[in-house]
Amino acid sequence: MKRDPMHFIKPELMPRKVKGPDGVEFEVEPLRDYFCDAPPTVQHGAYLKIVEDFFNWARAQSLWILGFGTGCGAIEMRPLMTPRFDAYRYGIQWRPTARQANLLVISGYLSTKTLKRAIRAYEQMQNPKYVVGLGSCTINGGMYWDSYNTIKCLDQYLPVDLYITGCMPRPEALLQGFEDLKKLIRAGQAEGANRYAENFTWYKANQKQVIHDWDMPDYNW
Amino acid sequence: MAFEWIKIPYALLTLFIVVNYGMLLGALMQKIAARVGRRHGVPIWQNYADLIKNYGLRTSITHGVMFYLGPVFRLSGGVGLLLFVPTIYGSEMFSNLSFAGDLILALYFVFFGTLGMALGAGESGHPHAAIGVSRGLAQVTAAELPFALAVFAVALQYQTLSITDIVAAQQGGVENWTLFTNPLAVAAAMLAFLGSMMRPPFDVVLAPQEIPIGPPTEYHSSYLALMQTNRAIFPIAKIVVYMNLFFGGAATWPVFFLKVFCIYLVSVFVGVVFPRFRVEQSIRWFLVWAVPLGVLAILLV
Amino acid sequence: MHALYDRLKALFPVGEFTEQRSNLAFVTLPGAYLRPALLHLRDREGFTHLVLLTAVDWIEQGQFQLTYLLSNRAENRDIGLRVMLPRLGTVMASIHDLWPTAATYQRELREMFGIDFPDSPGVYEEFILEGWNDIPPYRRDFDTLQYAQDSYAQRPGRETRDPESHMKQQLYPGKG
Ligand code: SF4
Repeated sequence: MKRDPMHFIKPELMPRKVKGPDGVEFEVEPLRDYFCDAPPTVQHGAYLKIVEDFFNWARAQSLWILGFGTGCGAIEMRPLMTPRFDAYRYGIQWRPTARQANLLVISGYLSTKTLKRAIRAYEQMQNPKYVVGLGSCTINGGMYWDSYNTIKCLDQYLPVDLYITGCMPRPEALLQGFEDLKKLIRAGQAEGANRYAENFTWYKANQKQVIHDWDMPDYNW
Repeated sequence: MAFEWIKIPYALLTLFIVVNYGMLLGALMQKIAARVGRRHGVPIWQNYADLIKNYGLRTSITHGVMFYLGPVFRLSGGVGLLLFVPTIYGSEMFSNLSFAGDLILALYFVFFGTLGMALGAGESGHPHAAIGVSRGLAQVTAAELPFALAVFAVALQYQTLSITDIVAAQQGGVENWTLFTNPLAVAAAMLAFLGSMMRPPFDVVLAPQEIPIGPPTEYHSSYLALMQTNRAIFPIAKIVVYMNLFFGGAATWPVFFLKVFCIYLVSVFVGVVFPRFRVEQSIRWFLVWAVPLGVLAILLV
Repeated sequence: MHALYDRLKALFPVGEFTEQRSNLAFVTLPGAYLRPALLHLRDREGFTHLVLLTAVDWIEQGQFQLTYLLSNRAENRDIGLRVMLPRLGTVMASIHDLWPTAATYQRELREMFGIDFPDSPGVYEEFILEGWNDIPPYRRDFDTLQYAQDSYAQRPGRETRDPESHMKQQLYPGKG
């Protein structure tokens, strides 16, 4: 039952002829014409170390998490907003849009279908950005180790800065993990976005190996 | 009167003070709202960290010219509103660029930022932004109506369009405030105030849980930082207008800080108690409760 | 439920009858009689709600079993109709015109078991899997573990322990 990749392309993304309002017919290839898929480039920090350190302090102090939950672990993120754990006092906030977020928490098992969305969301975030893998599912597959549609090893597909172990990790563990991430950021070691840009072809090859219906540009700006 | 160049650094100083006050006050209000929910809330310097973080992002993408101009318009709306209204009454230093017809200008600036935002958000092409903007414009328009009525009532009452003169007329004791000389207008304006502060129950436009975050969906890094700066300035600027029109203005900075805090607190109090309105509900609410008050205020003057 | 079974037996060539509880029973019947039986149950017997439509892979017998579970809310009774189909080239008539929700179940069954429901709306669209390129994964001849090992990068060093003996070891070392 092997099918060729074109089979999966949605009709609106197929190359086709359209007629403009002025009556001239022209060809469009949506994936190439409507999207910019220039690969990401490595971004350098500020020239002065002290400025970069200052920025890093601010970045660590203002972690904006993309409100995007995958798998069971997403349920452990909600308590962080409640009075009991109150992550806001650590400068952690949730953002509903990928553009404004700078921390993507992969909260558990990631089916290939969700992986596609996670990649899109990650690529729409702006450099510098961080990825935290939550729970044993992201580390080695966890209890979905023999599942036919979840990935087993997140860092093959996205540049993970930090894993938080557990199935599932308690909110306290999450807070601890975020504090550790802050240390990494302050030390200037959380350069996942640049690692992603450097090893872009490797990551893309890995992603395309498991996502069979690749119907988006190579990089979602 | 010749233009005095010294006014420009003075105005910049006002701006500087107001930006910082706005950032701290914003975080403080968030903390107060958090305490109501028995949380500790954000640290008081959180807004600074967010701002620096956003300026410090290394990449940004654009959707076109209007996408750049949106935040700029929004910020100029806030700054303009602040600069054309006397911040401190009777102070040569902080009366800014106010002049005789400035009340009309202030009204215009209140609306200006939202319009700029609409243009920018429209250009971003995100459906959520478009929905958010149409909601926002509808709601701001509805909230603006009672405010405009109240302003006209006040202008009629004092027979002037100059904010400085209006403040002057309210000096000499609490009983001279518009709050007591024309309570209906103040009531209408305060209801409108709730609507334009983007806090619950009227925050459906920006609330992250609704159509994700509304107009600024696509905005990030420096664009967003510009808008955050505006988020610090604009409420203060608007409160300054209210303070001047209805609450006797402020003659010194401490009085200014105190009054702004108290007026801001009104909207926070309402916000933590009431759940969120949908747009059509809030518009109906403004039309049913606030507008008649405004009309009455004009009729009774 | 026996009374209901007797009434069904008078109308259709029903097969095996299993009474699970006093208000839950299963009946096997040939696929050709499924539609009239469903109509009868829905319109005459008050089983108005299609609870679920699912399949079981009896690979040893070379058969798929479709289970249509109906519920009678008023009398708080459920009945399941079992239809046995050959495993090769399985085709079944769609019932989406009786219960619109059936279309979704049928779409899922097509994707996960490869059972075809030719007239069902949207049945050939992808349901849960995107870009699946192997045999349908719920068939029992699909080797999940093998597929997972072939398709996904694994992290070396993973080991599996029996939780009970491992915890005993951890908590009470040296005691049996
Ligand atoms: S690690 Fe456990 S809790 Fe987390 S997604 Fe996997 S199974 Fe669920």
